[in-house]
Amino acid sequence: MPPKTLKTKNKTFLFRMLAMSLVRRRSRMAVALVGIAIGATVLLGMVSISYDIPRQMSLEFRSYGANMVFVSAAGAQVALADAEQARKLLPAEQLVGMTPFRYLNIRHNRVPYTAVGTDFAAVQKTSPYWQVSGEWPKGPNEVLAGADAAEYARLKPGMELAIDGVNSKGSRFRGKIRVSGVVKTGGKEDGFFFMALPDMEKLTGESGVADVIELSLSAAEADLKQLAGAVHETVPSLEARLVRRVTQSEAAVLGKLKMLVTLVTGIVLVLTMICVATTMMTVVMERRYEIGLKKALGAGSRAIAREFLAEGLVLGLAGGLLGGVCGLLFAQLISVEVFARTVSLRLNFIPVTVLVSALVTMTACFWPVRRAMRVDPAVVLRGE
Amino acid sequence: MLDAQTDAATEKTLEIQGITKSFGAVHALSDISFTVNRGEWIAIMGPSGSGKTTMINIIGCMDRPTSGAVILDGEDVSSLSAEELTVIRRDKIGLVFQQFHLVPYLTAVENVMVAQYYHSLVDENEALQALDRVGLLERARHLPRQLSGGEQQRVCVARALINSPKLILADEPTGNLDESNGKIVMDLFRQLHAEGSTIVVVTHDPDVAACAEKTIVLEYGRLARITDNPPQTGKVEQAGETAQTTLDKQA
Repeated sequence: MPPKTLKTKNKTFLFRMLAMSLVRRRSRMAVALVGIAIGATVLLGMVSISYDIPRQMSLEFRSYGANMVFVSAAGAQVALADAEQARKLLPAEQLVGMTPFRYLNIRHNRVPYTAVGTDFAAVQKTSPYWQVSGEWPKGPNEVLAGADAAEYARLKPGMELAIDGVNSKGSRFRGKIRVSGVVKTGGKEDGFFFMALPDMEKLTGESGVADVIELSLSAAEADLKQLAGAVHETVPSLEARLVRRVTQSEAAVLGKLKMLVTLVTGIVLVLTMICVATTMMTVVMERRYEIGLKKALGAGSRAIAREFLAEGLVLGLAGGLLGGVCGLLFAQLISVEVFARTVSLRLNFIPVTVLVSALVTMTACFWPVRRAMRVDPAVVLRGE
Repeated sequence: MLDAQTDAATEKTLEIQGITKSFGAVHALSDISFTVNRGEWIAIMGPSGSGKTTMINIIGCMDRPTSGAVILDGEDVSSLSAEELTVIRRDKIGLVFQQFHLVPYLTAVENVMVAQYYHSLVDENEALQALDRVGLLERARHLPRQLSGGEQQRVCVARALINSPKLILADEPTGNLDESNGKIVMDLFRQLHAEGSTIVVVTHDPDVAACAEKTIVLEYGRLARITDNPPQTGKVEQAGETAQTTLDKQA
């Protein structure tokens, strides 16, 4: 049994051989390294984006309007006090906006219209897709006329009109409103007049209620369902419903996007493996005589395998590290280009990438190493 | 004491006993027998297709005969597995190649240390001594591409010697060298022989074969003849003290 220090000398020599093989054959090794680094770059980039997609897409989807509504559980109107109580149950960082809508029948020149009392500041958050020509209402009794309603009544921003109607208790009301702007959404909103809720309350003499509260929450469908349940449990008079066409399409798009990213990542891993395996196979072919020589000098198949796997491991670790750093930059680039937002940099992904990269490289080395183990030592004789 | 010396002198390093080697219907070697005693230098000659390569593969433990026995240092190696043959090559044979086969990314001394690494333990000083012995200490830190053909072959010889093998097997050692470098390498072999090494050289060059004590001639896979070569001038004088000193140093 050789003393430990002598054994260490042999290990040191193995590292020396390995280092010299990598350093003095750097052009060939660079090809393998670049292949692994590109694989690791795409891998980390894709995983980062995949990890960040729900956040990015959720923010993206919020521009398509509310994804939850509060309505009265009894089928009546919603008390604004109840809605405020429910708001406290929602995570503040996920709540993009909460907008009350109260519908009221009015008449102008004996023609019936629907007026909607709302909070204009909140509307701009929950329904950022509204296109307003003119200005958003600022002063008292200023309204937004829906595009269809404005066309029918031949209204333009700045015009005043007299309205009248009957409140829920049967009392008649009259008033004057001024059109500050015309809103176009492409939906039913185009037929309505929108006024500030306090103005409507003043006009009708009825306050503290709305017909529906629209909410925009930056959360996945499952989380929304959970929140809806919690709201109804705590405030039984309210029923929280998900706007299915938004939440479901969000979930569907997210699911497809994630599947696509997973698929691309998988393909990249396989391609990396093929690239590394091909390079290592070429390396084995190029070094047939060297392998044969080492075997002729007494190297066992295991010793040859150990040397090639060690080379693969070093390449995998170095390529993984290089690709890890580039991958974060790649993810940032993609996120800015596609989502116009920065991706959150997760440095803890780098060691995972290095590990996966080393694993992929070692797996890719399996076939070349098997081939190296089978090289006949007799190749070194007479150049056979 | 006298008996022991006599035994050592006649100790057989290699015995080839009636070996044949067939590749399908082709008989590369047929019923070959000869013996190489300890400290003996023999040459194997023959034209192309005579079975020289098959012979060297078998003697070098890189192939097995179809039948017959190969006794190397008292051990029958003719039926060992590939891994067992690797161990025999590592422990008992020093190989010198026609094309040198140095690891291109390792320096001269590192190339010698490779043989130590696979054999037992690396010792850089010992590797440097081996290079000194072939007159290449000054070039120890050079890469193979920075060495001439003759120098590369001397590194190859130093590598073959480093583990004190029972048999030095050289395959056309001067085949890729010009005349002057060929002479340097053959002088090195003479010196090794004088120091007591057992050498088998496979060659097609009659001048190289003439340096050996015996020449075994193969023709069509058969042993055509074994001839004793006349002693060469200066060969005997180099033996004796030098050999003893080097053996002591290795011990």
